[in-house]
Amino acid sequence: MIKFYQTGTFTVGNRLLKEDQRSVQADMHRTNSLNSGHRACQGCGEALGARYAIDAAMQATGNQLIAVNATGCLEVFSTPYPETSWQIPWIHSLFGNAAAVASGVAAAQRVLGHTSTRVIAQGGDGGTTDIGFGCLSGMFERNDDVLYICYDNEAYMNTGVQRSSATPPAARTATTPAVGPSPGNVFGTGKNVPRIAMAHRIPYVATASVSNLRDLERKVKYAMGIHGARYIHIFVPCPLGWGSVSEDTIKLARLVVETGLFPLFEAQDGELTASTPIRHKVPVTEYLKLQKRYAHLFRNPPDLERIARIQAMADRNIDEYGLLQ
Amino acid sequence: MLKQTEGSRAVAEAVALCRPQVICAYPITPQTHIVEGLGEMVKAGELVNCEFINVESEFAAMSVAIGASAAGARTYTATSSQGLLFMAEAVYNAAGLGLPIVMTIGNRAIGAPINIWNDHSDSMSMRDAGWIQLYAETNQEALDLHIQAFRLAEELSCPVMVCMDGFILTHAYERVDVPTQDQVDAFLPPYEPRQVLDPADPVSIGALVGPEAFTEVRYLAHHKQLRALGLIPQLAAAFNKEFGRNSGGLIRCYRTEDAETIVVALGSLNGTVQEVVDEMRARGVLIGSVSICSFRPFPLAASREALKHAKRVIVLEKCLAVGLGGIVSDGVRKSLSGIVLNGYTVIAGLGGRAITRASLTRLFEDAGRDELEEVTFLDLNADLVSHELERESKSRRTGPTAEAILRQIGTVASGIG
Repeated sequence: MIKFYQTGTFTVGNRLLKEDQRSVQADMHRTNSLNSGHRACQGCGEALGARYAIDAAMQATGNQLIAVNATGCLEVFSTPYPETSWQIPWIHSLFGNAAAVASGVAAAQRVLGHTSTRVIAQGGDGGTTDIGFGCLSGMFERNDDVLYICYDNEAYMNTGVQRSSATPPAARTATTPAVGPSPGNVFGTGKNVPRIAMAHRIPYVATASVSNLRDLERKVKYAMGIHGARYIHIFVPCPLGWGSVSEDTIKLARLVVETGLFPLFEAQDGELTASTPIRHKVPVTEYLKLQKRYAHLFRNPPDLERIARIQAMADRNIDEYGLLQ
Repeated sequence: MLKQTEGSRAVAEAVALCRPQVICAYPITPQTHIVEGLGEMVKAGELVNCEFINVESEFAAMSVAIGASAAGARTYTATSSQGLLFMAEAVYNAAGLGLPIVMTIGNRAIGAPINIWNDHSDSMSMRDAGWIQLYAETNQEALDLHIQAFRLAEELSCPVMVCMDGFILTHAYERVDVPTQDQVDAFLPPYEPRQVLDPADPVSIGALVGPEAFTEVRYLAHHKQLRALGLIPQLAAAFNKEFGRNSGGLIRCYRTEDAETIVVALGSLNGTVQEVVDEMRARGVLIGSVSICSFRPFPLAASREALKHAKRVIVLEKCLAVGLGGIVSDGVRKSLSGIVLNGYTVIAGLGGRAITRASLTRLFEDAGRDELEEVTFLDLNADLVSHELERESKSRRTGPTAEAILRQIGTVASGIG
């Protein structure tokens, strides 16, 4: 771990770093596996997340990579027939089966003796935490040689922003509208898939955010260096669905980490092994108020009770993962 | 090699001889013995270079098969009934992607009411999914069709379902001739995929297709099935040459040359039908039968040729298009466009009800006098139905229908005859 006197981060930029410390994205020879020209919205966090993750995985595997994609934004915006942004072998089958298709691809690699070819499955939060959850759990349980990446933008964005089991409390979606006495999504629901993945005791589980590029790339590269079922859950803001300014995508991805709402951690064989400390704890309001999906919390008078409940969730994460030590 | 064995075991051995590389297994009666047999062969090291994957659902089974096939492996799975419905989305997807997966259907009814016994409701529900569907008459044919199915699937890059009657075939011990590995290797070359996920030659499979090309993609799927109409008889002939047996093909005619009455059926039912045909022929009745092996593609021309001189055609179906009548009858009638004859649809054997020679004899005699309704339910207990309809007319909360009917007939556990 290198330290920089001003912030302790990599913010000095790549030119001052040694080559092996530079990000994959800064590499002239990065593969651009998800190439430009696709149809993602301006400021799409998922497009960034996928490019970061797949380029890192390509570097880690010597470009011997096959990707399986669930139905969703990433699939639709990357492959409008007859065009494709994918520079790697890529298959889309259905919404709910990416993990199982990837298991099949991995089985074929084994049986065909393609020992160096590695397999990634990827999907949004709907395709992962909801409709694809059975196949995902099956892939985990069998310890199939697949890295599954969930790009979590906290709702079904491709179909027009409906609630998923990854939608946070109070968030407005098309199916949890900001009307009635408690507008937005209810509290006390939802699914923590990274923790559920850990409960399968698979070799590696990690969370990442598109704001923390090197952390994200390091986790993907680590995951591609080992075998068995692996899971990385990447936080990817969605300007369209969240009602945020497209230039705030990275800012939101950073704030969600620094509030404690989305802890960055790693786990091996079901045990938590590392978490990324928060440098300066930020109140959740700083994160929430940038997003129209939470606008109802900040009316006059503001919904202090529910803001406090969201703050309590962040504080609980900070305690649970030791983020302020 | 001749052996006395269970239908499921015979199929497992045939599949093993085809050198499958990935097999996905999920238990559902009555296909389970097939994948159990294959799992044992893999575990024991008798079937090598094969990944046997225990998945968590039929949806996953077909999804794993899709991934494996797209990555260039010869892939097999089997299912029945609810399992086929549970994988339905992936069944369509496998065909849409043009992946040559072979799947056995141990034909079984679909609930509710839940019923584990044989009829064709399951595979018929997937008749338009884009898979080729072949129906086996005997365990020998089931075995043989699997060997043909892999070659057919891979030549066309189209998935194939081999349908065999649950229990009646899957669980029946019969004499079968199991070919040698050399024979099967000579007939079935290694799998050469048309499309494959390969880092050395990256392609995107499964792109979004809009109105500008969707019709063309669907037409090509139809065209593939039309090509199968030519290929299926060719493969059956090639199979006969290699193995010395008549198995498969589009349809098979039995004593139809001068027949005034022709019975059409799918699968193992043909054995009983042929016995009744023989008995009635011995009494001088001009009757014959046609066994449809290839239901998808539907052999319109072959069906027309076989049936055009008949005075009446009886289509015996182990399935029901609720609100319409027959499913197989639709294809048969289409094949007879412009030809005037009496056509009858007979729904028989639903949920495993035995189709006896006595019932068929009565049925064919009624048909011979043209005294059949257009749609008949063979051996329907009309009293039971009337009683239930009357009961339902008398009060509102009459409770679950199936349970009421069972109460009415009393305890006749497994009274499927």
